[in-house]
Amino acid sequence: MASHAQEAQKWSFRITPIRVLLMLLSLVAIGVIVFRLVTGLGTVTNLSDEWPWGLWIGFDVLCGVALAGGGYGTALIVHVLHRDYFAPIARSAMLTSLIGYLLVMAGLFLDIGQWFNFWRPFVSWGHSSVLFEVFWCVSCYTTVQILEFGEIATERVGKKFHNIFKKALPVLMIVGIIFPTLHQSSLGGLYLLMVDKLYPLWWSPIIFLFFLISSFFVGPAMICVETTLAGKAYDHWIPIPILRKLVRISAYAMILYLILKIVDLTNRGVLGLAFSGTFEANWFLIEMIFGVIIPIIIAFSGFSNSRSGLLTFGLLVSLGVVLNRMNVVITGMIRSTGVSYIPSAGEFIVSAGLVAMGVLAYCFVVENFRILEHEDHGHAA
Amino acid sequence: MSKGVLVDLTKCVGCGSCTVACKLYNGNEWDDTTPTMGPDAKLNGKNWTVVQFHEVKDSNNQPVWRFVKQQCLHCKEPACASACFAKAFQKTEAGPVIYYPHLCVGCRYCMVACPFNIPKYEWEKAFPLVTKCMMCSGKVEKGEAPACVSVCPADVFKYGDRDALLQEAKDIIAKDSKYVKHIFGEEEVGGTEWIYISDIPFEQLGFKTNVTKRAMPSYTEAYMHATPFVGITWGVILTGLYHYTKRRNQISKENNKNFKA
Repeated sequence: MASHAQEAQKWSFRITPIRVLLMLLSLVAIGVIVFRLVTGLGTVTNLSDEWPWGLWIGFDVLCGVALAGGGYGTALIVHVLHRDYFAPIARSAMLTSLIGYLLVMAGLFLDIGQWFNFWRPFVSWGHSSVLFEVFWCVSCYTTVQILEFGEIATERVGKKFHNIFKKALPVLMIVGIIFPTLHQSSLGGLYLLMVDKLYPLWWSPIIFLFFLISSFFVGPAMICVETTLAGKAYDHWIPIPILRKLVRISAYAMILYLILKIVDLTNRGVLGLAFSGTFEANWFLIEMIFGVIIPIIIAFSGFSNSRSGLLTFGLLVSLGVVLNRMNVVITGMIRSTGVSYIPSAGEFIVSAGLVAMGVLAYCFVVENFRILEHEDHGHAA
Repeated sequence: MSKGVLVDLTKCVGCGSCTVACKLYNGNEWDDTTPTMGPDAKLNGKNWTVVQFHEVKDSNNQPVWRFVKQQCLHCKEPACASACFAKAFQKTEAGPVIYYPHLCVGCRYCMVACPFNIPKYEWEKAFPLVTKCMMCSGKVEKGEAPACVSVCPADVFKYGDRDALLQEAKDIIAKDSKYVKHIFGEEEVGGTEWIYISDIPFEQLGFKTNVTKRAMPSYTEAYMHATPFVGITWGVILTGLYHYTKRRNQISKENNKNFKA
């Protein structure tokens, strides 16, 4: 269907009931966003002096960046290591990543109090701050991703620039892997300063390494979820063996993660805390068992040889990483703040609205550009 | 030599004149719903210093009242300054940690990073700023004591060179057995310009005593220094891999036209 639209050079966007719902959600969210930008953070959010960082930083930014990490992992495998075997997933993984980052930028923009001052760190270099690195890397990487997308976009619009983009692609790819490697870890690095605030099950002198590894292994998981959805929506199925191989790569990273986690907790003498039955301990165990251990088992069992197995893997790992980031931002901080934090309805609406906008953008791009059908890989199912 | 303030909690009578002086000097609004004195006193966007009441037991197990003045402790190596990505927080030679509103983006990383939860936010405003005690830096630059210190009628504070004050504090607690053998701010997070002595253990008075003794910026320094090198090395490795695997694929394709990875 997408290819017909392309040949005819018409822009298509199917309207389905789900999409109408997503559009409504986006509209409500835009309303809340405008209200927030005009009246301030206090009116819309439940943030306070005790909880300066909440859902928007936790979900929109930390989770968003991690889940969008599928892009750099795939770019590494396909475009740098030249494992052409995985090429069928490259474009959609990178598109998800691009949309993810644009949403992260939107989430960050909403969360800053002096939003008209967002450009300040470009001229006032607080280079001792880990956030400085996050800021530069996320800005640069989003730019690089837009340029990378230029190679796809110029197949349809501005065709005369296509060759320039194609030539620049290898350089962009490499730059586009360096930046996310640096800032995925930096997002964890932000928490190095919370040494006396973040619960010891999550605070670690190598928290940046945990963030980096988890952002890498969540990539294939997101691809599994995304290809299932895209498969249903567009009847485009990525062959199981390709996904399974990718899931195995992910599982090896998860084993490394698990070992590092145990070694780190043991070294700091806090492994026992995980089994202390406290509020934090239980969330930690849920995160590790359902988000890491069970997925590893699935990856190496026969279950991963089926679509449902791959989807289960994808959902568990993605939700596990979401839970990990929310545990770092919220669960692990409750004890040191002394009060709990529940996001306001406005915060939830904006987060959901941003996701809805992302899904709509994905659908539009997929229907109008060559994302799912790439090179000589056709429909497989 | 940085300036500091020695606070002797045994002398405070809880009159709150320091909180009044702070409001007047810095032009901060009064707000009846957010008291600067008493059990509910809390630092916030309008209150840069407050005096909290604590009913505790002394060494003879007798109930006593103690009053604790809170404000920014002005760390020797402040977490807020190392956390700010736009240099909105800067430590001066003289001691105060100053906030520059025009540089602030409003990310609030300073608030999350401060081990003592000092920076507060103007949540009710459309374009809020971070607020905190700046040790009346204008006065300190001129060699004068901060406003709160200069009005105290009970001789709670000593203002001067931090090192000399620390020595004085050591002498006081060594000579007088009523004091607990701990100078709060001597070693906490690498040392603070405001230091406290007390006859009641600090943890009973709401102080965060379980903080690290390392200077906060040291937790991220190595990481930030390594970053450029990691980035460059990674780039070189990736470029190498790019060319190596491309060539390898070409060779294997030439050797076997039907080769599949």
